[in-house]
Amino acid sequence: MMRYLFRRLSHASLLVFGVSLLAFLFTTLAPGDYFDEMRLNPQIAPEALVALRAQYQLDRPLPLRYFSWLNSVLHGQMGFSFSYNSPVAPLLLVRAKNTLLLTITATLLAWVIALPLGIWSAERLGRFPDRLISVSTAVLLVIPDLVLALGLLVLAVRTGWFPTGGMASVDFASISPVHKIRDLAFHMTLPVAALVLSALPLLVRHVRAAVAEVLHAPFLLAAEGHGIPRGTLLLRYVLPAAANPLLSLFGFSIGALLSGSLLIEVVMSWPGLGPFLLEAILARDIYIVIGGVLFSTIFLAAGNFLADILLYWIDPRIRTENASR
Amino acid sequence: MEPILKVENLVKRYTKRNLVGVPQEFLALDSVSFTVSAGATLAIVGESGSGKSTVASCIACLETPTGGNLWFEGKNLAHAAENELRNLRPQIQLIFPDPASSLNPRWTILDIVAEPLVVQGKLSRSERMTRAFSLLERVGLSAEIAERPASELSGGQRQRLAIARALTLQPKILILDEALSALDCSVQAQIATLLIELQSSLGMTFLFISHDLAMAAYLADEIAVMSRGQIVEHGPAVKILQTPASEATRQLLAAVPQLSHAPQPAAQR
Amino acid sequence: MSGEILGVLGESGSGKSTLAASVLRLLPPNGEISGGAVLFEGNNLLQADYQELRQIRGGRISLIFQEPSLALHPTIRVGEQVRQVLAAHQSSAKKELAERTREIFNRLFPEDADRIARSYPHQLSGGQRQRALIAQAIACNPAIVIADEPTAALDPVTQAEILAVFRSLREVLGLSMIFITHNPALLSGFADRILILYAGQVVEWGPANSVLQSPRHPYTRALFESLPPAPADSGKNRKQMLLVIPGSSSPTSLPRKGCSFEPRCPLKMDVCREFEPPLVKLGETHILSCFKYQ
Repeated sequence: MMRYLFRRLSHASLLVFGVSLLAFLFTTLAPGDYFDEMRLNPQIAPEALVALRAQYQLDRPLPLRYFSWLNSVLHGQMGFSFSYNSPVAPLLLVRAKNTLLLTITATLLAWVIALPLGIWSAERLGRFPDRLISVSTAVLLVIPDLVLALGLLVLAVRTGWFPTGGMASVDFASISPVHKIRDLAFHMTLPVAALVLSALPLLVRHVRAAVAEVLHAPFLLAAEGHGIPRGTLLLRYVLPAAANPLLSLFGFSIGALLSGSLLIEVVMSWPGLGPFLLEAILARDIYIVIGGVLFSTIFLAAGNFLADILLYWIDPRIRTENASR
Repeated sequence: MEPILKVENLVKRYTKRNLVGVPQEFLALDSVSFTVSAGATLAIVGESGSGKSTVASCIACLETPTGGNLWFEGKNLAHAAENELRNLRPQIQLIFPDPASSLNPRWTILDIVAEPLVVQGKLSRSERMTRAFSLLERVGLSAEIAERPASELSGGQRQRLAIARALTLQPKILILDEALSALDCSVQAQIATLLIELQSSLGMTFLFISHDLAMAAYLADEIAVMSRGQIVEHGPAVKILQTPASEATRQLLAAVPQLSHAPQPAAQR
Repeated sequence: MSGEILGVLGESGSGKSTLAASVLRLLPPNGEISGGAVLFEGNNLLQADYQELRQIRGGRISLIFQEPSLALHPTIRVGEQVRQVLAAHQSSAKKELAERTREIFNRLFPEDADRIARSYPHQLSGGQRQRALIAQAIACNPAIVIADEPTAALDPVTQAEILAVFRSLREVLGLSMIFITHNPALLSGFADRILILYAGQVVEWGPANSVLQSPRHPYTRALFESLPPAPADSGKNRKQMLLVIPGSSSPTSLPRKGCSFEPRCPLKMDVCREFEPPLVKLGETHILSCFKYQ
């Protein structure tokens, strides 16, 4: 078991390392840098720019810059932001927290809705309720996330039920804790709704497929023949057998926690990683960009790794298959 | 007369590698030797795990033996080069135990029979079709169903199809690896009769691998009994069955379920 | 009958598996029982409600499906699968359930019972899986066990072992069985009564000795004669042709007029095509359905 996990872990680490290298290369090799804007300003002398660049080590050769960045990562700072004049890590962390608030809620909600819906659909395969769900998920799948988000915003504007953006009302600091929570919830509703609606179709379809396959398996009929009650059948026979594809999907859900909501955040002005990274890309604040990419990659790799662990734990066939390799 | 197939000290070892520790070795065939005369039927019987399917795979050139020699018409299959093997393989055909999974259910019957000819690439399309139809007729599958997908066939019909496909390239040896075991009794009789008829008209050599001693006894001239990777007894069928010498043979004989009466001869009606 | 073994002989397409599943109403969604009755302990199972049916399934009547490798849940240990059956019918404490599970495993696996109970199905051999299925079936001491081709996937030595297991269960537990197979030889010396199915209809039934030694129905006779001779006898009539029943018994889509075996019957008469054959009694208990013996 340890060997299996160790192998998976080393794959994940290699992945993260490789991505960091590529991200670094692509962002730094792209033409231009942070100080290009300043060049347009006639009041700043060219020598000052050269000095600034040297100060921020932008004139050093690429490999050296990469290693000094790596060094910075290992010290927990992840490079330096030009715009904010601060190490990148704390900036990213604050924003990441906001993003995670959104995505964790949305992911949990999506799974909580998708599982029963998928199971229900699978039990009535081919009949009207199943077809209804299939059509609805197909429609949701086709609608672009952007349109979905904008549609929800329109709803907010027209009805005034929900705030149209941001994470907190203007008077946030001065209201009571209970009201703070309520305020947060209201602000979260639309972005979470958008995320859930865009994630739901994929999940429901996968759950439906995985469960449908198990529902017609001989061992399930045999268990029914032994008089096992319906509840036990579902929880302890159907779900574990359908777990394989679903766990992989779950790992992917975890992996997308930091990266899946970028668009929605920008549209709904949620102060998460999305708008922050966008701004940094436009301003050529490269270390923020690279840091953001690294963060997302780590989550992705962790998500996959988690899925692997769960699969190993749940499916004994994977365990013995690995033992005999 | 020179035997068509001569197996000499055949050894097959499988290695199982764990993540840690010494790789485990499993000796499937422990110096197996026997000969088969042309036009005869040799039955190889034994319990599960005795190695009989491994012998079949090695002779059909699906597996490479770890040691020993496999003489087929004077050529050593165990040490032949790949291009030589490519020419020799069509002459030894294998019929698998499970008719449901050894044929692609989506292909039509005609396509399945014609496939070996397509791969061989020597005949034109119309020649291939003619040959395919005549083969289907030979095994008792009517031409009407030739365009249907294989999934519509019953178990017995699928085995007929498998036999037809095996006959496409006019093999000299046909290996039947538990080919009848998955079939109903009356269907087994049908296929067995077909095989006997094919052997007498085409002069083929059969290697019948089974754990069904009764059917093996019925079809075979000689029987070889295997146990744990070795041949423990080999001789004319009648002699082995009436005077078994080894414990393994006795066990197999004792395990054969029999109707408690002798079947009434067909003539009496 | 209690304590008896009823052998049901039928080939593919005869409806034997459908029969087995129908007793407990375990048909696939496109199957429907349109008539008849299944009487058990005074009740018609076809009219039982879900709760009653669930109690009977596994509790009073058990069904052992074909294909042991498919009938066991792939990711639950076999011991746990047996325990689940117990838990579904008895509201005993955990300790008692565990105790009973151990007892059952010890009975079916004289050696290594604990290790096997902790194993997963893919770690067991064919014979061991079959025994695990039997363990599930007898867990709650049912009145009847229906076994659908329990030895089909096994080699003869293991086959003989499993038959011995069934015999000992009958002796020790007084178990009644319905043993479904396509091989008549298995029922010899094993079943008390035999019932022959062809294309969804019963064509002959009666005491085992009577049916095996003097079969009357043309299908039954043809079936027995299509078996290869016993190995010990093979010297006497070598290469004598096995009787081949021409054609095949593919399931018919429409209920047909007349006898279902008529197209392939060597003794067929005109009346066989038109009308369903009557039941004919040979002696007290041996009954068949054929015009020839009227």
